[in-house]
Amino acid sequence: MKWEPVIGLEVHVQLLTRSKIFSGASANYGSQPNTQACAVDLGLPGVLPVMNENAARMAVKFGLAVDAVVNQRSAFARKNYFYPDLPKGYQISQYEMPIVGRGHLNIVVDGELKRIGITRAHLEEDAGKSLHEDFHGMTAIDLNRAGTPLVEIVSEPDMRSTKEAVAYLRKLHTMVRYLEICDGNMQEGSFRCDANVSVRPAGQAKLGTRTEVKNINSFRFVERAIGHEIERQIDILEEGGEIVQETRLYDPDKNETRPMRTKEEAHDYRYFPDPDLPPMAIDETFIEEIRQNLPELPDAKEQRFKDQYQLNEEHAHQLTQSRANADYFEATAGASRGAPKTVANWIVGDLSSRLNDENLDIGDSPISSRMLAGLIDRIEDNTISGKIAKEVFRAMWEGEGEADAVIENRGLKQITDTGEIEKIVDDILAKSRTQIEQYTSGQEKIFGYFIGQVMKATGGKANPKQVNEILKKKLRAHLFTDGP
Amino acid sequence: MAIQELTSLAGRLNDRRHSSVELTQSYLNRINGAGELNAFITIDEEFSLEQARRSDKRRAKGRTLSPLDGIPIAHKDIFCTKGMLTSCGSHILDNFISPYDATVIEHFNRSGAVILGKTNMDEFAMGSSGETSWYGIIKNPWDTGRVPGGSSAGSAAALAAGLCPAATGTDTGGSIRQPAAFCGVTGFKPSYGRVSRYGMIAFASSLDQGGPIARSAQDAAIMMDVMAGFDERDSTSVPQDDVHFSSELGAELRGLRIGIPGEFFGAGLDDSVEKAVRDAIKTYEDMGAQIREVSLPNSELCVPCYYVIAPSEASSNLSRFDGVRFGHRATDYDDPIDMYMKTRAEGFGPEVKRRVMIGTFALSAGYYDAYYNKALKLRRLIAEDFDKAFEDCDVLMGPTTPTTAFPIGDKTDDPIAMYLNDIFTIPVNLAGLPGISIPAGFDASGLPVGLQIIGRYFEDARVLSVAHQYQRQNDWHLRQPEGYHS
Repeated sequence: MKWEPVIGLEVHVQLLTRSKIFSGASANYGSQPNTQACAVDLGLPGVLPVMNENAARMAVKFGLAVDAVVNQRSAFARKNYFYPDLPKGYQISQYEMPIVGRGHLNIVVDGELKRIGITRAHLEEDAGKSLHEDFHGMTAIDLNRAGTPLVEIVSEPDMRSTKEAVAYLRKLHTMVRYLEICDGNMQEGSFRCDANVSVRPAGQAKLGTRTEVKNINSFRFVERAIGHEIERQIDILEEGGEIVQETRLYDPDKNETRPMRTKEEAHDYRYFPDPDLPPMAIDETFIEEIRQNLPELPDAKEQRFKDQYQLNEEHAHQLTQSRANADYFEATAGASRGAPKTVANWIVGDLSSRLNDENLDIGDSPISSRMLAGLIDRIEDNTISGKIAKEVFRAMWEGEGEADAVIENRGLKQITDTGEIEKIVDDILAKSRTQIEQYTSGQEKIFGYFIGQVMKATGGKANPKQVNEILKKKLRAHLFTDGP
Repeated sequence: MAIQELTSLAGRLNDRRHSSVELTQSYLNRINGAGELNAFITIDEEFSLEQARRSDKRRAKGRTLSPLDGIPIAHKDIFCTKGMLTSCGSHILDNFISPYDATVIEHFNRSGAVILGKTNMDEFAMGSSGETSWYGIIKNPWDTGRVPGGSSAGSAAALAAGLCPAATGTDTGGSIRQPAAFCGVTGFKPSYGRVSRYGMIAFASSLDQGGPIARSAQDAAIMMDVMAGFDERDSTSVPQDDVHFSSELGAELRGLRIGIPGEFFGAGLDDSVEKAVRDAIKTYEDMGAQIREVSLPNSELCVPCYYVIAPSEASSNLSRFDGVRFGHRATDYDDPIDMYMKTRAEGFGPEVKRRVMIGTFALSAGYYDAYYNKALKLRRLIAEDFDKAFEDCDVLMGPTTPTTAFPIGDKTDDPIAMYLNDIFTIPVNLAGLPGISIPAGFDASGLPVGLQIIGRYFEDARVLSVAHQYQRQNDWHLRQPEGYHS
């Protein structure tokens, strides 16, 4: 039987607010344990939450970016459960009235556009962390993260393959970073994903029993965890078994999912409206102001890059995966006389691979967009060849300064003086009788040998086009003088 | 020293007839001499006297901060006080030294008032008799065999016995007004949102409101001048102009329309309470007010409505008392769940457990709509009843409680009978309105009777002034129990 997977994702996005969602404590990551938890975060007796307006602003920003309904009235509820790193014994979240309603994201998989529905996105607070290692059988609790603002983005069960799930997640990841509402750091947990997975016989309308897979904290794991879960479910069904509705935990070390709790064990969270927080009212002006200040979004930018710079699909897509990349490209293209395509080549090629090697963001690149533009201009005006340019690029990366300085200091200026190149060519031809004979006898491949010799003699600085022309001219002369 | 109202105490301090240190010491001495009432949980003499000394220094330099500067005030042990035990009457907070001050405490500190001590109370403000505190039952100075009412039991008892000139309390379903009635003092519950709840340990967040228990409506107004105000740390606090309650007490009574809800005078109302209350209403009539009958048709649903909403909120509010970060923790346990269960089983008293269980049940899947949601709908109906009544009148009047103070132990085995004590006070909390209880005479056994005055939302100043006008006509509010004469 052919099986069709059905996947929906729940993504927790940590918002980049300076302070926490309901207190004034700093929301920075990585501080000493429990140094960023104030009385409110600790859930001391008597404390009260106050909504962080900036968190609401960021949620609205997201809603507008995915064409969603922004609810002018939303409400906070308490999700009650006991856990040592949940200070109040309840999490403040949005339940019946989320701030963001229905919206959608477009993904492209194998060249095909697909619209993935977003059911809702709601604001909530994060819990603290329980640390089980290093405490000799005891558990330590760090409440720095308690009260960090999150937006939970719930998708419709619209994805039909792991590929689509990954594409959706990547798109969402790109989106939240474009909007500058989340740093997207999966390792630090600021972008986390749970997956609802079920399978059904292809063509069947009714959905199969689903499981929820938790603890997927990298793109690689998303693919593996969901893929594994799909296979597990198919195996069970093909053997005539039944899927148990349950929550499963993904173990990346063993690449497997295992049961965490079944439906029967599911908590009754006893949601009810939080009496400490009146419903949140957002007016049209607030929303409009955010709409006016929305940045250009990835899809629009990709299209513009194709139209304005005549970039191909791949370049346009790659360059718009992050705003920083796109900005870098536009800054370089604007400052350079080189064709945008050339600029794109350099960024997608040499620069990206070097950044990847060194695990750097484009913002940390030792070669600024202005420097790269300077380099490309020297290729354009024939000061250096494309090959020498690679050397200049490496030197710039190592901190030897602008392209001009590197070219000057290393003496890499291209030889374009025809007389000088002719002299060098003559010297080489004079020493290459055998090779000339081979060439004149019809072995035209030997032409590359002459080029190599000239480049060697000039340290690669001779203008390759001129070398080519002069060599051809001189060899043609030999053809007639030495010919039969 | 005779029982003094705040204005005369301030006058004495200004005239240098007493220093704040002398005044504070005299109240500390009285408290020490009245241990049988069990009105206080914490007294820190050195702390109080140091505050008094600083006040005296300010006064010597002519730099007093407010009319309350140097006057000792007792605080219900539900308000967090920095560096001091804040127990909420519970074993589970028996070791909780608050690292911060409640907004209300900050306000008093800024006014220069002295913190005289923390008063005993029903555990987590759950009780109508002062009998549920981990620190023991509190007694009514009018008859130590009787309850002082609750939950602000210690504050009301202390005031009645002259152990403090004024005190703070909190009122979720009557916890200021009911003990004020039982103890023959004045207790004011402000409109919801008037006084910040920040640092006031939550019982039922949508109903809790801090307020004063004082000798008179005028003193309550002076206390309100300090206590009230918008607080950005409390999202349910209402932005408000700086009302000077104490300077708005003189409003003319002539033409005031007083509504008498028939439902407040039905079965269960003690005859002598009814008589005292009707006499008080007659006094108002004599002063020029118009009396009219009104109806609050959903009154009988108030108690069931309240006993779904308040426990529901409480069950969640009290989840933070888990033994993890502060407060009592069981010593012997197998795992976190076991630790929670033992900690909470040991830390909470029976009334708190009962309400946590009721609330947990009412919020559970499958019961939520039948209980919590229905109660919310009822609550709106009850608020609408008041809106309608207030179309024809400016304030409502009736008894604060159906009976006067009952004997200790009388209702401890019958929670429903206990809950019915708050039948007239609960609707006011459900509707978020201001309400006051003022002494209106005594029953046949010489126990005080309270008259309740209810105002429109945020017409706190009117409620205080209407009460004040009555207190200018008589001295019920200045009477003292035998044995506690100053």
